Amino acid sequence: MVGAPAIDRAITAGSANDRLLPQGRLAGPMPWIVAIMIFLTVLACAAGIALGEGAATMRDAVTNRLTVQVTEADAARRDALTNRIRASVVRLPGVAAVRVAPRAELARQLEPWLGGDAAAAEIPIPALIDVDLSDGGAAADRARDAIVRAVAPITPDARVEPHATFIAPVIALVRTVGWIALAIVGLMAVATCCVVVLAARGSHATHRGTIEIMHMLGATDGQVMRLFQRRLTRDISFGAAVGLLAAVAVILSVGRSLGLLAGDLMGSIGLPWWGWVVMPALPLLFIAVAWVAARITLHSALNRSL
Amino acid sequence: MTAIVQFENVGLRYGFGAETLSDLSFSLEQGSFYFLTGASGAGKTSLLKLLYLSQRPSRGAIHLFGTDIVTMARTRLPGFRRRIGVVFQDFRLVPHLSAYDNVALPLRIAGVSDAQLKMPVDEMLHWVGLTDRANALPATLSGGEQQRVAIARAVIGRPELLVADEPTGNVDMEMASRLITLFEALNKLGTTIVVATHDFNLLGKVANARMMRLDAGRLVDPTGALRYPPRTAPAPDAPRW
Repeated sequence: MVGAPAIDRAITAGSANDRLLPQGRLAGPMPWIVAIMIFLTVLACAAGIALGEGAATMRDAVTNRLTVQVTEADAARRDALTNRIRASVVRLPGVAAVRVAPRAELARQLEPWLGGDAAAAEIPIPALIDVDLSDGGAAADRARDAIVRAVAPITPDARVEPHATFIAPVIALVRTVGWIALAIVGLMAVATCCVVVLAARGSHATHRGTIEIMHMLGATDGQVMRLFQRRLTRDISFGAAVGLLAAVAVILSVGRSLGLLAGDLMGSIGLPWWGWVVMPALPLLFIAVAWVAARITLHSALNRSL
Repeated sequence: MTAIVQFENVGLRYGFGAETLSDLSFSLEQGSFYFLTGASGAGKTSLLKLLYLSQRPSRGAIHLFGTDIVTMARTRLPGFRRRIGVVFQDFRLVPHLSAYDNVALPLRIAGVSDAQLKMPVDEMLHWVGLTDRANALPATLSGGEQQRVAIARAVIGRPELLVADEPTGNVDMEMASRLITLFEALNKLGTTIVVATHDFNLLGKVANARMMRLDAGRLVDPTGALRYPPRTAPAPDAPRW
């Protein structure tokens, strides 16, 4: 007597049993639909991860920085105030570094709007003092308050501007877009499951005659299911591989283009090392989910027959 | 002799229609040969469906191989089906498999390896005269050839019960005789055979065969021999062909 596991192996392994279902699977649309969905999913996932990483990088870069702006029309008095403020701020606890932006650097930044003679002209350009704080969070808040208190007696016209204030909407936008991208990944997973369920139902309906014959000859639901599942898994794996390779090619291409952009905003967007682990894992996860969906669908369909 | 099949007040209806089979009570003895006759629409195919576990009855009790199969869990049915060979009226060959693979299918399902099944499949194809058509797909076979493939597939696993629905309907007289001889040989090896047929020429070809006749879904059993078969030998007045 042949044991049940041996029977299952016999019916589901080997080229002869492959023929129990008609060949020509890659001619059908299923692998290509899965390829497109995996392609879009991996792209959405990469975008979500990269934008999230970019938002975090930007936040880290600006959270601990602020600028003191000295708006004094008289150049000599402005320089004197700047020096006093610098000397006062550098002694405060929580301040890591203080740097007065050189006039030449300011003139260069204003050159596109004011022309090349901006520094020479008698235009009252404010003095800027960049302050790096040593700690973030509550310590940064305390240091910021201390700086405001230290600057106010020197000149009430000086303004203390934390960088996080003006970059916050950009970070929020980038983070929102990142979450939307990850939500798209979830929706794609659901859509892929639906495609697999429809494919499994269609395949079951197409081969109903063969299934009935196999049942009448003593095949178990497990034997029939494994035939279909192996076929579906093969189709999905093919589609997933094609979709992943195409997506990785696009990501590498876009990454190279982003690398050529020198802007701080674009420069901060990039895939961390773990992103390259998640991306190939995603199709594998999809294959596993599809496998379970196909199994449940086929089991339910087979259960309706005697 | 022991009963391999026992029907007790079995009825079958499809959907909400009238009963196709009513009040069937009979026993089939192990190792016996039965012809099932009746007019078209009498319920022969429905009765065979109950025998090869394609349908459950609407009422009554059926014992197959000594086990109640009416209340049996669905998951246990495949094990019983492997003990039954079936020749379907419409052959039901797998269209994309060759004649060889169709015949080999029951053995593959039962877990026989390709190496082990080659010899019996070749022998069976030789027996039904289809050695040179082994690689042909069903669509390229004539009706008679398809029927022979279906018969070879039904008997290759040497079933304990063979159920055949009009197995000689598409073959010539000579092939019909060969097939009946094959069934007799199986019967001598202990297989219980039930053949539904319209062909009265067949009825006289098998010694000791018994006849079951269906009339409008009811079994004609005036002597009660089908319901209560004698324990050692058929009753002298039991219908015999």
